[in-house]
Amino acid sequence: MEVKPPLPQIPAPVWTEFKDLQEFEKYRQHRADDDKVSNALTSIADAIHHMPGGWIVTTGTDKVFNWARKSSIWPVTFGLACCAIEMMATFASRFDVERFGMVPWASPRHSDLMIVSGTVTIKMAPMLKRIYGQMPDPKWVVSMGSCANSGGPFRHGYHVVKGVDRVVPVDIYVPGCPPTPDSLMYGLLKLQEQVAHFQKTGERLPAAAETK
Amino acid sequence: MTPLTAADAAARLREQFAVEPTVDGALVTVPLALEQWQAAARFARATLGCAYFSFLTAVDWKEQGFEVLCRVENLDARVAVFMRTRLAPGADRCPTLTGVWRGADWMERECWDMFGVRFEGHPDHRRILLGEDWEGHPLRKDYAVDTPHAPYR
Repeated sequence: MEVKPPLPQIPAPVWTEFKDLQEFEKYRQHRADDDKVSNALTSIADAIHHMPGGWIVTTGTDKVFNWARKSSIWPVTFGLACCAIEMMATFASRFDVERFGMVPWASPRHSDLMIVSGTVTIKMAPMLKRIYGQMPDPKWVVSMGSCANSGGPFRHGYHVVKGVDRVVPVDIYVPGCPPTPDSLMYGLLKLQEQVAHFQKTGERLPAAAETK
Repeated sequence: MTPLTAADAAARLREQFAVEPTVDGALVTVPLALEQWQAAARFARATLGCAYFSFLTAVDWKEQGFEVLCRVENLDARVAVFMRTRLAPGADRCPTLTGVWRGADWMERECWDMFGVRFEGHPDHRRILLGEDWEGHPLRKDYAVDTPHAPYR
């Protein structure tokens, strides 16, 4: 005869109106499925929920978390050509994108953003796609410079991909040959707007519908 | 021992291979028959002291066939020898120079990659710049630039 252990009945915290944790879990399921908030952040929000009057606070915390996500975009260091020099200048102290929370990170596994800075050759495209695949969701791509946008001056060459959007989806196109650090920073600020929009609605803005 | 001059080098090449070199400053241009290609290279290295292999490339003269060019230099005497040879129309085979200069290895691989000239006797005859799956040789005159290359073009 099979002996089944009894299901544990876990009492709910006394200061909530929930009967038990099952009901609390049911409440939690109302969060959007594709909300990529980490478990740590969820537990913080739950702790706030448990406080008296915590429901009012959570609207504010969502805003804070969205602001935090928007302001901690880590670009993977991925320099392909001469645009990478301008990208390095943007990361360096004179232009200093670290004040926007952007840290150039040497691992795609911990990065949110890939700045395709330079000419993408047909031989390089599979590697680029692979690095993009190694980045965790949600991820963004900034196409920097004429070569990455469309092939640029090498468009009629035999070995250049005519735009990196043929390899990976692109969120922001930064024109220029190469773009100045100011242009790239403008693109990164536009990207922050897109990230905020994504966190708010769960939808990506199409690249063409850039906010005026 | 007097240092080698370009005129000396031209005279010795003319004597050895019955060719007509032209001298322009320190540059000796030698048009060679294909059979003389390796022998002239050995002569340039051993006798003329051209130890420095500068480059090797080709020219596509369309229906007249390919021309293979090679520049080697004697850095001590400051004399450069520019060897050129014509392949027969439609031919794509040329003797290798890797036995004479080790530096010819990658240059001949690049020449194969871009022009499709096969270097007979080359120890590692593969493409060097383009992918292994590339079709065609892009610097040939009859190569269409917009040749589709799936999936990126």
